[in-house]
Amino acid sequence: MNKEINLKTLLVKKPLKLDCGKTINNFPIAYETYGSLNEKKDNAILVFHALTGDQFVAGLNPITNKDGWWSYAVGPNKSIDTNKYFVICSNVIGGCLGSFGPSHKDPDTQKIFGTNFPVITINDMVNAQYNLIEHFGIDKLFSIVGGSMGGMQVLQFISNFPDKAQTVIPIACTSSHSAQNIAFNELGRQAIAADSNWNEGNYNIKDTIPNKGLAVARMAAHITYLSKKGLQEKFGRKLQEREDLKFSFDADFQIESYLRHQGSVFVDRFDANSYLYITRAMDYFDLAKQFNGNLSDAFKDTKAKFFVISFTSDWLYPTQENKDIVIALNAIGADVGFAEIESDKGHDSFLLDVPEFLSALKNFLDKSYAAVK
Amino acid sequence: MKNEFKVIADLVEKNTRVLDVGCADGVLMEFLRDNKDIDIRGLEISKNKVQKCIEKGLTVIEGNAEFDLKQFPDKSFDYVILSQTLQAFLNPELVINELLRVGKKAIVTIPNFGYWKVRLHLLIKGTMPVTKTLPDQWYDTPNLHMCTIKDFVYFVRSRNFKIFKSLALNEKNTSLINNNNLGIKNLFSDLGIFLIEK
Repeated sequence: MNKEINLKTLLVKKPLKLDCGKTINNFPIAYETYGSLNEKKDNAILVFHALTGDQFVAGLNPITNKDGWWSYAVGPNKSIDTNKYFVICSNVIGGCLGSFGPSHKDPDTQKIFGTNFPVITINDMVNAQYNLIEHFGIDKLFSIVGGSMGGMQVLQFISNFPDKAQTVIPIACTSSHSAQNIAFNELGRQAIAADSNWNEGNYNIKDTIPNKGLAVARMAAHITYLSKKGLQEKFGRKLQEREDLKFSFDADFQIESYLRHQGSVFVDRFDANSYLYITRAMDYFDLAKQFNGNLSDAFKDTKAKFFVISFTSDWLYPTQENKDIVIALNAIGADVGFAEIESDKGHDSFLLDVPEFLSALKNFLDKSYAAVK
Repeated sequence: MKNEFKVIADLVEKNTRVLDVGCADGVLMEFLRDNKDIDIRGLEISKNKVQKCIEKGLTVIEGNAEFDLKQFPDKSFDYVILSQTLQAFLNPELVINELLRVGKKAIVTIPNFGYWKVRLHLLIKGTMPVTKTLPDQWYDTPNLHMCTIKDFVYFVRSRNFKIFKSLALNEKNTSLINNNNLGIKNLFSDLGIFLIEK
């Protein structure tokens, strides 16, 4: 969390009433853009990030010095072609890369919020990001796209702003967090809370962060992003730089070492309190509940063209949950396409090099763009 | 585009909503969209063919007609098209009922097992017929419920569905089927096309 890098930030002056009842104002949204907005302002795509993502969707992430989190899909000549489209991605509120979040200071007390930050929802995240559309003077986005929690934001966005997007692409997501989803998130939160450094959220970001708890949370979550088959093929029972078992609790197996590595690099770039807040927002997400149990009603006012995508080996947000979105849309005669992509890379498939997915995404966008032109 | 699709396209009125069940790579959908201003959707089970449809900018839902037609509301399409796949379902009657529930009208085409070449093949060779419209061997055919034009007409009548138009196709010609020529058309056509309503 190197704050020295200059992040693009929009300071939202307009008050935003949160679902929890509190109102925030004068809050920052950190964002990044790629490509350029054309004169008619009809080529903009808003990309929503997943749980641990950020605004650096493509190119080089200046914080981590690694590729942006969706570099396979976004960039010049890629599925979301930045030669053609203007891509906007922002850090969600509650996040830790410049947008208003628990690591910020409470303007009233001048103390770091920690767990005094208001509990936010997917709805709040989306309403906050809407300010960016106004900031750029965009009347209608060409597309809204996102995977996982990004897909949930896509669904909430089109429900809140039915005439603000031409095309809508929720990927590997759900309209309602399942008991299993909540269970895994709770496991992560409890891992953080069990770290004595967490100290009820009042830790010093500079030196005593609950990195052990956060690392365990990430390790557990990471397993849910992969498939059993994918893990078996990549790691099997292979040993980590050793000839035989050491009869100790070191990382004998490659999979152990891999998970430990995933945990340790994560704590360098993510804030534990943000992890609590964002997983909570996901758990609270239940779009049908907002419409008295009828998911179709969430979409009844939109004429947008939907394309729902799932992956065969995704057991975190399985095909059936994605299909439920398709069913709700068909029930009201919406324009919806659906494809289940064959992949053994699990939930993470949407972030990885899965050619059938990347070409379906590109074809859908480019053909839709040509049709509205 | 094959003759069958041209005949189907002629049965569909302009500016309507159409669902193509088992739309394959979307050739018919593309034609209807581009030439008849049809608001067209496809349902297709093959992942590969779904991708082909997306390449053409068509709205397609990956799914199986036997399970996935349920999600569409009653009479939500002006026409539902089912081209040469009725015989491949486990329960064709259920599928027909679903087509007629979802669509105000249905267009169903069937490969005719009563075609003389099929009959002759079985009579002379004594093996299961393999023809242009029925290209597979008995052990690898997807077809579970083959029928003839006559069978289909009798079935539709027995269920009291309305037949608006019955057409018979052989390689070059399209002709109307009526009560008087049913036997002849059943012998000389390799494909039957029916526009029906419940």
